Amino acid sequence: MSLMTEITIFVLAVFVGFEVISKVPTTLHTPLMSQTNAIHGIVMLGGLIVLGYADDGLEYVIGTIAVAFGAINIVGGFMVTDRMLGMFSKRPKPAASSASRPGASGSEKGSDK
Amino acid sequence: MIQAVLQPGGDAATALYIVAFSLFIIGIKQGTHPTTAKRGNLIAAVGMAIAVVTTLLLDGMGNWGLIFLGLGIGTAVGVIASIRVQMTEMPQMVALYNGVGGGAVALIAWSEIRHGISLGEDFPLDELIPIIFAGVVGSVSFWGSNIAFAKLQDLIPTRPIAAPGQQVINAVLLIAIVTICVILAVDHESPSQGLFILLLVLAAILGNLVVLPIGGADMPVVISLLNAFTGLSAAAAGFALDNVALIVAGTLVGSSGTILTLEMATAMNRSVANILFSGFGGAPAGGGGGTGEERPHVSIGAQDAAIKLAYADSVVIVPGYGLAVAQAQHAIKEVADELEARGVTVNYAIHPVAGRMPGHMNVLLAEADVAYENLKEMEEINPEMPRTDVAVVVGANDVTNPAAKNDPDSPIAGMPIIEVSEAQEVIVIKRSLSPGFAGIDNDLFYESNTSMLFADAKQAAADIAAEIGNL
Repeated sequence: MSLMTEITIFVLAVFVGFEVISKVPTTLHTPLMSQTNAIHGIVMLGGLIVLGYADDGLEYVIGTIAVAFGAINIVGGFMVTDRMLGMFSKRPKPAASSASRPGASGSEKGSDK
Repeated sequence: MIQAVLQPGGDAATALYIVAFSLFIIGIKQGTHPTTAKRGNLIAAVGMAIAVVTTLLLDGMGNWGLIFLGLGIGTAVGVIASIRVQMTEMPQMVALYNGVGGGAVALIAWSEIRHGISLGEDFPLDELIPIIFAGVVGSVSFWGSNIAFAKLQDLIPTRPIAAPGQQVINAVLLIAIVTICVILAVDHESPSQGLFILLLVLAAILGNLVVLPIGGADMPVVISLLNAFTGLSAAAAGFALDNVALIVAGTLVGSSGTILTLEMATAMNRSVANILFSGFGGAPAGGGGGTGEERPHVSIGAQDAAIKLAYADSVVIVPGYGLAVAQAQHAIKEVADELEARGVTVNYAIHPVAGRMPGHMNVLLAEADVAYENLKEMEEINPEMPRTDVAVVVGANDVTNPAAKNDPDSPIAGMPIIEVSEAQEVIVIKRSLSPGFAGIDNDLFYESNTSMLFADAKQAAADIAAEIGNL
Protein backbone atom coordinates (compact mmCIF):
# COMPACT_ATOMS: atom_id res chain seq x y z
CA MET A 1 0.00 0.00 0.00
CA SER A 2 1.35 3.41 -0.86
CA LEU A 3 1.73 6.00 1.85
CA MET A 4 -0.89 8.23 0.23
CA THR A 5 -3.41 5.36 0.11
CA GLU A 6 -2.78 4.77 3.81
CA ILE A 7 -3.22 8.44 4.60
CA THR A 8 -6.47 8.50 2.62
CA ILE A 9 -7.76 5.57 4.65
CA PHE A 10 -6.60 7.25 7.86
CA VAL A 11 -8.36 10.54 7.15
CA LEU A 12 -11.61 8.84 6.13
CA ALA A 13 -11.48 6.69 9.26
CA VAL A 14 -11.05 9.82 11.40
CA PHE A 15 -14.30 11.22 10.02
CA VAL A 16 -16.13 7.92 10.36
CA GLY A 17 -15.06 7.83 14.01
CA PHE A 18 -16.37 11.35 14.58
CA GLU A 19 -19.68 10.63 12.86
CA VAL A 20 -20.39 7.27 14.39
CA ILE A 21 -20.07 8.46 17.96
CA SER A 22 -22.25 11.55 17.96
CA LYS A 23 -25.25 11.77 20.31
CA VAL A 24 -24.45 9.08 22.84
CA PRO A 25 -26.64 8.94 25.97
CA THR A 26 -24.55 9.37 29.13
CA THR A 27 -25.67 5.94 30.23
CA LEU A 28 -23.68 4.33 27.46
CA HIS A 29 -20.46 6.32 27.84
CA THR A 30 -18.72 3.74 30.00
CA PRO A 31 -19.70 0.67 27.96
CA LEU A 32 -18.85 2.46 24.73
CA MET A 33 -15.46 3.54 26.03
CA SER A 34 -14.89 -0.04 27.09
CA GLN A 35 -15.92 -1.37 23.67
CA THR A 36 -13.65 1.00 21.75
CA ASN A 37 -10.97 0.05 24.26
CA ALA A 38 -11.43 -3.59 23.24
CA ILE A 39 -11.27 -2.65 19.56
CA HIS A 40 -7.83 -1.09 19.88
CA GLY A 41 -6.81 -4.53 21.06
CA ILE A 42 -6.44 -4.94 17.29
CA VAL A 43 -2.78 -4.15 18.01
CA MET A 44 -2.49 -7.82 18.87
CA LEU A 45 -2.37 -8.37 15.10
CA GLY A 46 0.84 -6.36 15.09
CA GLY A 47 2.13 -8.54 17.90
CA LEU A 48 1.25 -11.70 15.96
CA ILE A 49 3.00 -10.43 12.84
CA VAL A 50 6.09 -9.33 14.73
CA LEU A 51 6.28 -12.62 16.64
CA GLY A 52 5.38 -14.70 13.59
CA TYR A 53 8.38 -13.34 11.72
CA ALA A 54 10.74 -12.96 14.69
CA ASP A 55 14.14 -14.61 14.58
CA ASP A 56 16.08 -13.81 17.71
CA GLY A 57 15.74 -14.42 21.42
CA LEU A 58 14.75 -10.96 22.62
CA GLU A 59 12.25 -10.57 19.77
CA TYR A 60 10.62 -13.84 20.87
CA VAL A 61 10.21 -12.47 24.37
CA ILE A 62 8.99 -9.04 23.29
CA GLY A 63 6.61 -10.56 20.74
CA THR A 64 5.13 -13.07 23.16
CA ILE A 65 4.51 -10.38 25.76
CA ALA A 66 2.97 -8.11 23.10
CA VAL A 67 0.62 -10.90 21.97
CA ALA A 68 -0.34 -11.67 25.57
CA PHE A 69 -0.99 -7.95 26.28
CA GLY A 70 -3.06 -7.67 23.12
CA ALA A 71 -5.07 -10.78 24.00
CA ILE A 72 -5.81 -9.40 27.47
CA ASN A 73 -6.93 -6.14 25.85
CA ILE A 74 -9.24 -7.92 23.40
CA VAL A 75 -10.70 -10.70 25.53
CA GLY A 76 -10.97 -8.66 28.71
CA GLY A 77 -12.30 -5.62 26.88
CA PHE A 78 -15.13 -7.37 25.07
CA MET A 79 -16.08 -9.49 28.09
CA VAL A 80 -16.20 -6.57 30.49
CA THR A 81 -18.28 -4.57 28.00
CA ASP A 82 -20.65 -7.50 27.64
CA ARG A 83 -21.03 -7.70 31.41
CA MET A 84 -21.79 -4.00 31.69
CA LEU A 85 -24.37 -4.16 28.90
CA GLY A 86 -25.88 -7.30 30.36
CA MET A 87 -27.14 -5.11 33.17
CA PHE A 88 -29.35 -3.29 30.70
CA SER A 89 -30.59 -6.05 28.48
CA LYS A 90 -32.15 -8.35 31.03
CA ARG A 91 -34.82 -5.84 31.98
CA PRO A 92 -37.98 -5.34 29.94
CA LYS A 93 -38.04 -2.32 27.67
CA PRO A 94 -39.18 0.93 29.29
CA ALA A 95 -42.94 1.37 29.20
CA ALA A 96 -44.09 3.02 25.99
CA SER A 97 -45.67 6.00 27.71
CA SER A 98 -42.75 8.09 28.80
CA ALA A 99 -44.91 11.18 28.60
CA SER A 100 -45.50 11.53 32.33
CA ARG A 101 -43.02 13.87 33.93
CA PRO A 102 -42.34 13.91 37.64
CA GLY A 103 -44.12 16.92 38.98
CA ALA A 104 -47.31 18.10 40.59
CA SER A 105 -49.00 14.81 41.27
CA GLY A 106 -47.39 12.16 43.42
CA SER A 107 -49.21 9.44 41.53
CA GLU A 108 -48.11 5.85 41.58
CA LYS A 109 -45.61 4.97 38.94
CA GLY A 110 -46.74 2.23 36.59
CA SER A 111 -44.02 -0.28 37.19
CA ASP A 112 -43.47 -2.54 34.22
CA LYS A 113 -41.75 -5.23 36.17
CA MET B 1 1.14 -26.87 11.56
CA ILE B 2 -1.33 -24.44 10.10
CA GLN B 3 -1.62 -24.24 6.34
CA ALA B 4 -0.58 -20.72 5.40
CA VAL B 5 -2.96 -19.54 2.72
CA LEU B 6 -3.02 -15.76 2.69
CA GLN B 7 -0.41 -13.42 1.26
CA PRO B 8 0.37 -10.46 3.54
CA GLY B 9 -1.18 -7.42 1.85
CA GLY B 10 -2.82 -9.71 -0.72
CA ASP B 11 -6.41 -9.37 -1.88
CA ALA B 12 -7.83 -12.17 0.25
CA ALA B 13 -6.25 -10.94 3.48
CA THR B 14 -7.24 -7.35 2.75
CA ALA B 15 -10.82 -8.37 1.96
CA LEU B 16 -11.09 -10.17 5.29
CA TYR B 17 -9.66 -7.15 7.09
CA ILE B 18 -12.27 -4.98 5.36
CA VAL B 19 -15.01 -7.27 6.66
CA ALA B 20 -13.46 -7.02 10.13
CA PHE B 21 -13.27 -3.25 10.31
CA SER B 22 -16.75 -2.88 8.82
CA LEU B 23 -18.00 -4.97 11.73
CA PHE B 24 -16.12 -2.64 14.12
CA ILE B 25 -17.89 0.38 12.64
CA ILE B 26 -21.31 -1.31 12.86
CA GLY B 27 -20.48 -2.45 16.38
CA ILE B 28 -19.57 1.05 17.58
CA LYS B 29 -22.63 2.52 15.88
CA GLN B 30 -24.91 0.03 17.61
CA GLY B 31 -23.08 0.70 20.86
CA THR B 32 -24.55 4.20 20.90
CA HIS B 33 -28.15 2.97 21.41
CA PRO B 34 -29.31 1.21 24.59
CA THR B 35 -31.35 -1.42 22.75
CA THR B 36 -28.59 -2.48 20.34
CA ALA B 37 -25.47 -1.93 22.44
CA LYS B 38 -25.04 -5.52 23.55
CA ARG B 39 -25.42 -6.85 20.02
CA GLY B 40 -23.00 -4.16 18.81
CA ASN B 41 -20.36 -5.39 21.20
CA LEU B 42 -20.79 -8.96 19.93
CA ILE B 43 -20.56 -7.79 16.32
CA ALA B 44 -17.30 -5.98 17.05
CA ALA B 45 -16.00 -9.11 18.79
CA VAL B 46 -16.81 -11.20 15.73
CA GLY B 47 -14.93 -8.66 13.61
CA MET B 48 -11.96 -9.06 15.93
CA ALA B 49 -12.07 -12.85 15.64
CA ILE B 50 -12.02 -12.56 11.84
CA ALA B 51 -9.07 -10.17 11.96
CA VAL B 52 -7.10 -12.44 14.30
CA VAL B 53 -7.73 -15.62 12.28
CA THR B 54 -6.83 -13.82 9.06
CA THR B 55 -3.52 -12.75 10.57
CA LEU B 56 -2.76 -16.25 11.81
CA LEU B 57 -3.24 -17.55 8.24
CA LEU B 58 -0.71 -15.13 6.72
CA ASP B 59 2.00 -16.76 4.67
CA GLY B 60 5.36 -17.16 6.35
CA MET B 61 4.17 -16.96 9.95
CA GLY B 62 6.09 -19.11 12.39
CA ASN B 63 6.89 -19.49 16.07
CA TRP B 64 3.52 -21.12 16.64
CA GLY B 65 4.45 -22.34 20.11
CA LEU B 66 5.14 -18.82 21.31
CA ILE B 67 2.11 -17.40 19.51
CA PHE B 68 -0.20 -19.83 21.25
CA LEU B 69 1.62 -19.31 24.54
CA GLY B 70 0.99 -15.56 24.28
CA LEU B 71 -2.61 -16.05 23.15
CA GLY B 72 -3.24 -18.58 25.91
CA ILE B 73 -1.82 -16.48 28.72
CA GLY B 74 -3.53 -13.32 27.52
CA THR B 75 -6.90 -15.01 27.03
CA ALA B 76 -6.74 -16.71 30.42
CA VAL B 77 -5.86 -13.48 32.21
CA GLY B 78 -8.55 -11.55 30.33
CA VAL B 79 -11.26 -14.12 31.02
CA ILE B 80 -10.46 -14.58 34.69
CA ALA B 81 -10.07 -10.86 35.37
CA SER B 82 -13.33 -10.04 33.59
CA ILE B 83 -15.32 -12.65 35.44
CA ARG B 84 -13.95 -11.78 38.84
CA VAL B 85 -14.06 -8.01 38.63
CA GLN B 86 -16.80 -6.29 40.64
CA MET B 87 -19.09 -3.83 38.87
CA THR B 88 -17.62 -1.12 41.08
CA GLU B 89 -14.14 -1.85 39.76
CA MET B 90 -15.05 -1.57 36.08
CA PRO B 91 -13.41 1.84 35.59
CA GLN B 92 -9.99 0.68 36.74
CA MET B 93 -10.41 -2.52 34.72
CA VAL B 94 -10.92 -0.45 31.58
CA ALA B 95 -7.83 1.56 32.51
CA LEU B 96 -5.82 -1.60 32.90
CA TYR B 97 -6.95 -3.10 29.59
CA ASN B 98 -6.17 0.18 27.92
CA GLY B 99 -2.71 0.11 29.48
CA VAL B 100 -1.80 -3.34 28.21
CA GLY B 101 -2.96 -2.29 24.74
CA GLY B 102 -0.58 0.66 24.86
CA GLY B 103 2.15 -1.62 26.20
CA ALA B 104 1.64 -3.99 23.29
CA VAL B 105 2.04 -1.11 20.83
CA ALA B 106 5.27 0.06 22.46
CA LEU B 107 6.69 -3.49 22.42
CA ILE B 108 5.72 -3.97 18.76
CA ALA B 109 7.47 -0.72 17.88
CA TRP B 110 10.61 -1.80 19.75
CA SER B 111 10.59 -5.18 18.03
CA GLU B 112 10.16 -3.58 14.60
CA ILE B 113 13.15 -1.32 15.21
CA ARG B 114 15.27 -4.27 16.38
CA HIS B 115 14.20 -6.42 13.47
CA GLY B 116 14.97 -3.71 10.93
CA ILE B 117 18.36 -2.93 12.45
CA SER B 118 19.36 -6.59 12.60
CA LEU B 119 18.54 -6.94 8.90
CA GLY B 120 20.70 -3.88 8.26
CA GLU B 121 17.82 -2.24 6.48
CA ASP B 122 17.59 1.41 5.64
CA PHE B 123 14.37 2.50 7.33
CA PRO B 124 12.17 4.48 4.99
CA LEU B 125 10.85 7.50 6.85
CA ASP B 126 7.23 6.55 6.21
CA GLU B 127 7.92 3.43 8.25
CA LEU B 128 10.28 4.85 10.87
CA ILE B 129 8.14 7.85 11.84
CA PRO B 130 5.04 5.76 12.60
CA ILE B 131 7.21 3.35 14.61
CA ILE B 132 8.61 6.19 16.70
CA PHE B 133 5.15 7.67 17.19
CA ALA B 134 3.73 4.28 18.18
CA GLY B 135 6.57 3.68 20.64
CA VAL B 136 6.25 7.04 22.38
CA VAL B 137 2.44 7.16 22.56
CA GLY B 138 2.16 3.47 23.46
CA SER B 139 4.61 3.91 26.32
CA VAL B 140 2.87 7.05 27.63
CA SER B 141 -0.46 5.24 27.44
CA PHE B 142 0.82 2.12 29.21
CA TRP B 143 2.27 3.98 32.16
CA GLY B 144 -0.42 6.63 32.32
CA SER B 145 -3.12 3.96 32.39
CA ASN B 146 -1.30 2.02 35.08
CA ILE B 147 -1.17 5.11 37.27
CA ALA B 148 -4.87 5.71 36.59
CA PHE B 149 -5.54 2.10 37.59
CA ALA B 150 -3.47 2.43 40.75
CA LYS B 151 -5.29 5.63 41.71
CA LEU B 152 -8.74 4.15 41.15
CA GLN B 153 -7.78 0.98 42.99
CA ASP B 154 -6.51 3.13 45.87
CA LEU B 155 -3.03 1.67 45.56
CA ILE B 156 -1.75 5.23 45.52
CA PRO B 157 -3.52 8.34 46.83
CA THR B 158 -6.22 9.69 44.52
CA ARG B 159 -5.34 13.19 45.61
CA PRO B 160 -3.24 15.13 43.11
CA ILE B 161 0.44 14.37 43.63
CA ALA B 162 2.68 17.08 42.29
CA ALA B 163 6.29 17.99 42.82
CA PRO B 164 7.33 21.62 42.68
CA GLY B 165 8.44 22.56 39.20
CA GLN B 166 6.45 19.68 37.74
CA GLN B 167 5.49 21.66 34.65
CA VAL B 168 9.14 22.47 33.98
CA ILE B 169 10.17 18.83 34.34
CA ASN B 170 7.41 17.76 31.97
CA ALA B 171 8.42 20.40 29.45
CA VAL B 172 12.06 19.30 29.61
CA LEU B 173 11.03 15.67 29.16
CA LEU B 174 8.87 16.57 26.19
CA ILE B 175 11.70 18.52 24.58
CA ALA B 176 14.08 15.60 25.15
CA ILE B 177 11.60 13.19 23.59
CA VAL B 178 11.07 15.38 20.53
CA THR B 179 14.85 15.82 20.17
CA ILE B 180 15.48 12.08 20.25
CA CYS B 181 12.67 11.54 17.73
CA VAL B 182 14.33 14.02 15.38
CA ILE B 183 17.77 12.41 15.84
CA LEU B 184 16.31 8.97 15.10
CA ALA B 185 14.50 10.24 12.02
CA VAL B 186 17.55 12.07 10.66
CA ASP B 187 19.68 8.97 11.20
CA HIS B 188 17.12 6.72 9.53
CA GLU B 189 19.71 4.69 7.67
CA SER B 190 20.93 3.17 10.92
CA PRO B 191 18.83 4.32 13.85
CA SER B 192 20.27 3.51 17.27
CA GLN B 193 18.34 0.92 19.24
CA GLY B 194 19.74 2.27 22.49
CA LEU B 195 18.36 5.70 21.67
CA PHE B 196 14.96 4.15 20.90
CA ILE B 197 14.90 2.37 24.27
CA LEU B 198 15.83 5.65 25.96
CA LEU B 199 12.88 7.17 24.11
CA LEU B 200 10.52 4.51 25.51
CA VAL B 201 11.85 5.12 29.02
CA LEU B 202 11.47 8.90 28.80
CA ALA B 203 7.93 8.46 27.45
CA ALA B 204 7.21 6.12 30.37
CA ILE B 205 8.39 8.74 32.86
CA LEU B 206 6.29 11.37 31.11
CA GLY B 207 3.23 9.10 31.28
CA ASN B 208 3.71 8.76 35.02
CA LEU B 209 4.32 12.44 35.64
CA VAL B 210 1.37 13.62 33.57
CA VAL B 211 -1.20 11.40 35.28
CA LEU B 212 0.13 11.49 38.88
CA PRO B 213 -0.86 15.12 39.51
CA ILE B 214 -4.42 14.56 38.29
CA GLY B 215 -7.05 14.05 40.97
CA GLY B 216 -9.41 11.09 41.04
CA ALA B 217 -12.38 13.19 39.96
CA ASP B 218 -10.80 13.89 36.59
CA MET B 219 -9.72 10.29 36.04
CA PRO B 220 -12.62 9.33 33.73
CA VAL B 221 -11.57 11.98 31.25
CA VAL B 222 -7.95 10.87 31.50
CA ILE B 223 -8.78 7.22 30.86
CA SER B 224 -10.90 8.18 27.88
CA LEU B 225 -8.08 10.33 26.53
CA LEU B 226 -5.50 7.57 26.99
CA ASN B 227 -7.94 5.23 25.24
CA ALA B 228 -7.93 7.55 22.23
CA PHE B 229 -4.13 7.75 22.40
CA THR B 230 -3.77 3.98 22.38
CA GLY B 231 -6.06 3.87 19.34
CA LEU B 232 -3.87 6.36 17.50
CA SER B 233 -0.71 4.49 18.41
CA ALA B 234 -2.30 1.29 17.07
CA ALA B 235 -3.04 3.13 13.83
CA ALA B 236 0.62 4.23 13.70
CA ALA B 237 1.69 0.62 14.14
CA GLY B 238 -0.61 -0.14 11.20
CA PHE B 239 1.26 2.37 9.05
CA ALA B 240 4.56 0.76 10.00
CA LEU B 241 3.31 -2.77 9.30
CA ASP B 242 1.23 -1.82 6.22
CA ASN B 243 -1.80 -3.35 7.91
CA VAL B 244 -5.12 -1.82 6.92
CA ALA B 245 -7.07 -3.39 9.82
CA LEU B 246 -4.77 -1.71 12.34
CA ILE B 247 -4.96 1.62 10.56
CA VAL B 248 -8.77 1.71 10.38
CA ALA B 249 -9.55 0.21 13.79
CA GLY B 250 -6.89 2.28 15.57
CA THR B 251 -8.01 5.49 13.89
CA LEU B 252 -11.67 4.78 14.66
CA VAL B 253 -10.84 4.44 18.33
CA GLY B 254 -8.63 7.51 18.19
CA SER B 255 -11.28 9.79 16.72
CA SER B 256 -14.34 8.37 18.49
CA GLY B 257 -12.36 8.34 21.74
CA THR B 258 -11.49 12.00 21.23
CA ILE B 259 -15.16 12.91 20.82
CA LEU B 260 -16.07 10.89 23.91
CA THR B 261 -13.30 12.62 25.88
CA LEU B 262 -14.49 16.06 24.84
CA GLU B 263 -18.08 15.18 25.76
CA MET B 264 -16.97 14.12 29.23
CA ALA B 265 -14.84 17.21 29.74
CA THR B 266 -17.74 19.41 28.61
CA ALA B 267 -20.00 17.70 31.12
CA MET B 268 -17.59 18.83 33.84
CA ASN B 269 -17.22 22.27 32.31
CA ARG B 270 -13.46 21.78 32.12
CA SER B 271 -11.12 21.78 29.18
CA VAL B 272 -8.91 18.79 28.54
CA ALA B 273 -5.82 21.02 28.62
CA ASN B 274 -6.93 22.33 32.00
CA ILE B 275 -7.26 18.80 33.37
CA LEU B 276 -3.89 17.67 32.05
CA PHE B 277 -1.85 20.66 33.04
CA SER B 278 -3.38 22.01 36.22
CA GLY B 279 -5.26 19.21 37.93
CA PHE B 280 -7.54 19.91 40.83
CA GLY B 281 -4.39 20.36 42.85
CA GLY B 282 -3.70 23.54 40.88
CA ALA B 283 -5.04 25.61 43.74
CA PRO B 284 -2.86 24.42 46.60
CA ALA B 285 -4.92 26.20 49.23
CA GLY B 286 -7.98 24.12 48.39
CA GLY B 287 -6.01 20.96 47.83
CA GLY B 288 -5.12 20.39 51.46
CA GLY B 289 -6.87 17.79 53.54
CA GLY B 290 -8.64 20.56 55.53
CA THR B 291 -10.78 18.20 57.59
CA GLY B 292 -9.51 19.49 60.89
CA GLU B 293 -11.75 22.51 61.20
CA GLU B 294 -15.06 22.05 62.95
CA ARG B 295 -18.13 23.55 61.35
CA PRO B 296 -21.66 23.17 62.71
CA HIS B 297 -23.74 20.50 61.02
CA VAL B 298 -26.85 18.47 61.82
CA SER B 299 -26.44 14.75 62.35
CA ILE B 300 -29.42 12.36 62.28
CA GLY B 301 -30.07 8.62 62.54
CA ALA B 302 -31.78 6.14 60.27
CA GLN B 303 -35.16 6.51 61.99
CA ASP B 304 -35.26 10.30 61.51
CA ALA B 305 -34.29 9.84 57.90
CA ALA B 306 -37.02 7.23 57.42
CA ILE B 307 -39.67 9.59 58.82
CA LYS B 308 -38.56 12.47 56.61
CA LEU B 309 -38.68 10.23 53.56
CA ALA B 310 -41.90 8.36 54.30
CA TYR B 311 -43.94 11.56 54.69
CA ALA B 312 -42.54 13.26 51.60
CA ASP B 313 -44.37 13.45 48.28
CA SER B 314 -41.32 13.40 46.09
CA VAL B 315 -37.83 12.12 46.78
CA VAL B 316 -34.75 12.40 44.61
CA ILE B 317 -31.84 10.05 45.23
CA VAL B 318 -28.41 11.36 44.20
CA PRO B 319 -25.94 8.49 43.98
CA GLY B 320 -22.17 8.85 43.91
CA TYR B 321 -19.06 6.76 44.15
CA GLY B 322 -19.74 5.99 47.82
CA LEU B 323 -22.78 3.99 46.68
CA ALA B 324 -20.56 1.96 44.39
CA VAL B 325 -17.94 1.34 47.07
CA ALA B 326 -20.54 0.22 49.59
CA GLN B 327 -22.39 -1.88 46.97
CA ALA B 328 -25.50 -0.12 48.23
CA GLN B 329 -27.52 -0.15 45.01
CA HIS B 330 -29.80 -3.01 46.07
CA ALA B 331 -30.39 -1.53 49.53
CA ILE B 332 -31.22 1.83 47.98
CA LYS B 333 -33.66 0.14 45.63
CA GLU B 334 -35.34 -1.39 48.69
CA VAL B 335 -35.76 2.06 50.22
CA ALA B 336 -37.22 3.29 46.94
CA ASP B 337 -39.59 0.31 46.80
CA GLU B 338 -40.79 0.97 50.35
CA LEU B 339 -41.36 4.62 49.52
CA GLU B 340 -43.15 3.90 46.25
CA ALA B 341 -45.41 1.45 48.06
CA ARG B 342 -46.43 4.43 50.20
CA GLY B 343 -47.13 6.59 47.17
CA VAL B 344 -43.92 8.61 47.26
CA THR B 345 -42.46 9.51 43.86
CA VAL B 346 -38.82 8.44 43.75
CA ASN B 347 -36.39 9.49 41.06
CA TYR B 348 -32.64 9.21 40.69
CA ALA B 349 -30.50 12.17 39.70
CA ILE B 350 -27.49 11.11 37.69
CA HIS B 351 -24.67 13.59 37.38
CA PRO B 352 -22.75 13.08 34.13
CA VAL B 353 -19.56 12.28 36.03
CA ALA B 354 -20.97 10.74 39.19
CA GLY B 355 -18.88 7.80 40.26
CA ARG B 356 -15.63 7.46 38.45
CA MET B 357 -16.91 7.23 34.93
CA PRO B 358 -19.86 8.60 33.06
CA GLY B 359 -22.63 6.03 33.14
CA HIS B 360 -21.10 4.34 36.20
CA MET B 361 -24.20 4.97 38.32
CA ASN B 362 -26.57 3.90 35.55
CA VAL B 363 -24.83 0.56 35.31
CA LEU B 364 -24.98 -0.01 39.07
CA LEU B 365 -28.61 1.02 39.42
CA ALA B 366 -29.60 -1.04 36.39
CA GLU B 367 -28.03 -3.99 38.20
CA ALA B 368 -30.48 -3.36 41.05
CA ASP B 369 -33.40 -3.29 38.56
CA VAL B 370 -34.07 0.41 38.86
CA ALA B 371 -36.31 1.31 35.91
CA TYR B 372 -34.54 3.21 33.15
CA GLU B 373 -37.14 5.99 33.11
CA ASN B 374 -36.52 6.80 36.79
CA LEU B 375 -32.91 7.72 36.07
CA LYS B 376 -32.93 11.45 35.39
CA GLU B 377 -30.06 13.34 33.89
CA MET B 378 -28.83 16.48 35.59
CA GLU B 379 -30.46 18.97 33.19
CA GLU B 380 -33.77 17.20 33.60
CA ILE B 381 -33.78 16.98 37.40
CA ASN B 382 -32.36 20.37 38.42
CA PRO B 383 -35.53 22.33 37.49
CA GLU B 384 -37.51 19.83 39.60
CA MET B 385 -35.35 20.33 42.69
CA PRO B 386 -37.30 23.23 44.26
CA ARG B 387 -40.42 21.04 44.08
CA THR B 388 -38.62 18.08 45.65
CA ASP B 389 -39.32 17.41 49.30
CA VAL B 390 -36.23 15.40 50.17
CA ALA B 391 -33.02 14.93 48.23
CA VAL B 392 -30.98 11.97 49.46
CA VAL B 393 -27.30 12.16 48.63
CA VAL B 394 -25.75 8.70 48.80
CA GLY B 395 -21.99 8.75 48.70
CA ALA B 396 -21.85 11.67 46.29
CA ASN B 397 -19.85 14.73 47.16
CA ASP B 398 -18.20 17.06 44.66
CA VAL B 399 -21.10 16.79 42.19
CA THR B 400 -23.40 18.37 44.80
CA ASN B 401 -21.02 21.03 46.10
CA PRO B 402 -22.66 24.45 45.85
CA ALA B 403 -19.19 26.01 45.79
CA ALA B 404 -19.06 25.09 42.11
CA LYS B 405 -21.82 27.65 41.57
CA ASN B 406 -21.19 30.18 44.32
CA ASP B 407 -17.45 30.40 44.81
CA PRO B 408 -15.51 31.55 41.74
CA ASP B 409 -12.22 30.71 43.51
CA SER B 410 -13.13 27.08 44.12
CA PRO B 411 -11.09 24.52 42.19
CA ILE B 412 -14.36 23.11 40.85
CA ALA B 413 -15.87 26.51 40.03
CA GLY B 414 -18.11 26.27 37.00
CA MET B 415 -18.61 22.52 37.15
CA PRO B 416 -22.32 21.84 36.71
CA ILE B 417 -23.80 20.27 39.85
CA ILE B 418 -26.97 18.56 40.96
CA GLU B 419 -28.62 21.41 42.83
CA VAL B 420 -29.71 19.43 45.87
CA SER B 421 -29.60 22.47 48.14
CA GLU B 422 -32.64 23.75 46.20
CA ALA B 423 -34.69 20.87 47.60
CA GLN B 424 -36.78 21.44 50.74
CA GLU B 425 -34.60 19.07 52.73
CA VAL B 426 -31.36 17.25 52.07
CA ILE B 427 -30.16 14.05 53.69
CA VAL B 428 -26.53 13.19 53.07
CA ILE B 429 -25.53 9.60 53.74
CA LYS B 430 -21.78 9.55 54.12
CA ARG B 431 -19.22 7.98 56.38
CA SER B 432 -17.66 11.24 57.48
CA LEU B 433 -17.32 14.89 56.60
CA SER B 434 -14.14 14.17 54.67
CA PRO B 435 -13.77 15.82 51.29
CA GLY B 436 -14.30 14.06 47.95
CA PHE B 437 -11.84 13.41 45.15
CA ALA B 438 -11.42 17.09 44.44
CA GLY B 439 -10.02 17.33 47.96
CA ILE B 440 -12.20 20.27 48.92
CA ASP B 441 -14.75 20.82 51.66
CA ASN B 442 -18.45 20.64 50.71
CA ASP B 443 -20.52 23.59 51.92
CA LEU B 444 -23.67 21.53 51.39
CA PHE B 445 -22.97 19.60 54.59
CA TYR B 446 -23.26 22.75 56.70
CA GLU B 447 -26.40 24.26 55.18
CA SER B 448 -29.44 24.66 57.41
CA ASN B 449 -31.67 22.29 55.44
CA THR B 450 -29.06 19.53 55.33
CA SER B 451 -28.96 16.56 57.71
CA MET B 452 -25.97 14.26 57.81
CA LEU B 453 -26.42 10.52 58.33
CA PHE B 454 -22.98 9.20 59.13
CA ALA B 455 -22.87 5.54 58.11
CA ASP B 456 -21.86 3.11 55.45
CA ALA B 457 -24.26 3.66 52.56
CA LYS B 458 -25.44 0.05 52.37
CA GLN B 459 -26.03 -0.28 56.11
CA ALA B 460 -27.77 3.08 56.28
CA ALA B 461 -30.06 2.25 53.36
CA ALA B 462 -30.95 -1.13 54.86
CA ASP B 463 -31.72 0.53 58.21
CA ILE B 464 -33.84 3.21 56.57
CA ALA B 465 -35.80 0.62 54.57
CA ALA B 466 -36.47 -1.35 57.76
CA GLU B 467 -37.53 1.80 59.64
CA ILE B 468 -39.92 2.83 56.87
CA GLY B 469 -41.42 -0.65 57.01
CA ASN B 470 -42.03 -0.16 60.75
CA LEU B 471 -43.82 3.15 60.39
